[in-house]
Amino acid sequence: MADNSLFGVHGAALMVRSKRMGLLASNIANASTPGYQAKDLDFSEALASVERSGVAGAAHAIDDATKYRVPLQASMDGNTVDLSTEQTAFAENAVAYQTTLSFLNGRIGTITRALKGE
Amino acid sequence: MSNPMSIFDVAGRAMSAQLVRMNTTASNLANAGGVATTQDDAYRSMKPVFRTQYDAASGMATVDVQKVVAAGADPVKRHDPGNPLANADGDVFENAVDETRELVDMMEAARTYQNNVEVMQTAKSLIVDTLKLGR
Repeated sequence: MADNSLFGVHGAALMVRSKRMGLLASNIANASTPGYQAKDLDFSEALASVERSGVAGAAHAIDDATKYRVPLQASMDGNTVDLSTEQTAFAENAVAYQTTLSFLNGRIGTITRALKGE
Repeated sequence: MSNPMSIFDVAGRAMSAQLVRMNTTASNLANAGGVATTQDDAYRSMKPVFRTQYDAASGMATVDVQKVVAAGADPVKRHDPGNPLANADGDVFENAVDETRELVDMMEAARTYQNNVEVMQTAKSLIVDTLKLGR
């Protein structure tokens, strides 16, 4: 986000990661609901459009990047949740969220040291 | 923008839905092998009907038990004149419970419950880490 150079892209990244965590949690929660269609968002597309639109249009930008998942295998009750896919995506997203947190912590540490004049 | 707290709602409500499923499975298994005098008195296995609950504000979806219905085959009529519950024709009606199906259902409910616990634990630790940012 151009208006937040202190933390660079990481603020927006954290937001998109947390939104994706919610979507994947919804998919896992509905693993046995007949007719439920799984959704996911393309992280790079969502991040790019959040950076373009800024904080004000972030929710809309993320919604636009959210798509229905194409199932690997059709199920009889119309549910498109593939548990192994969802669990893998959830774990990957959690690690990426944690990574973004580390970047932010590093940034905050740098600034704190600069302020203290260490 | 989504509120990270509502992930707990999503996983928590999915867990309670799976618990209802587990309870109906337990009732069905408990009644397996029982007999009744009339067809109407015989036990029929119960099944919860799941329904997705969308939350437009956060874009998330959780699951609710819409209702619990009696499902499965009709009770089986069996000729057993020695049974104290037999009717005038000497027949009893055996409860319609498919034990194999119930056991499979039980395993699936337990697995899905576990998955939601995992989601909740991961979300919790990520939120705690976010709160500790900069410390």
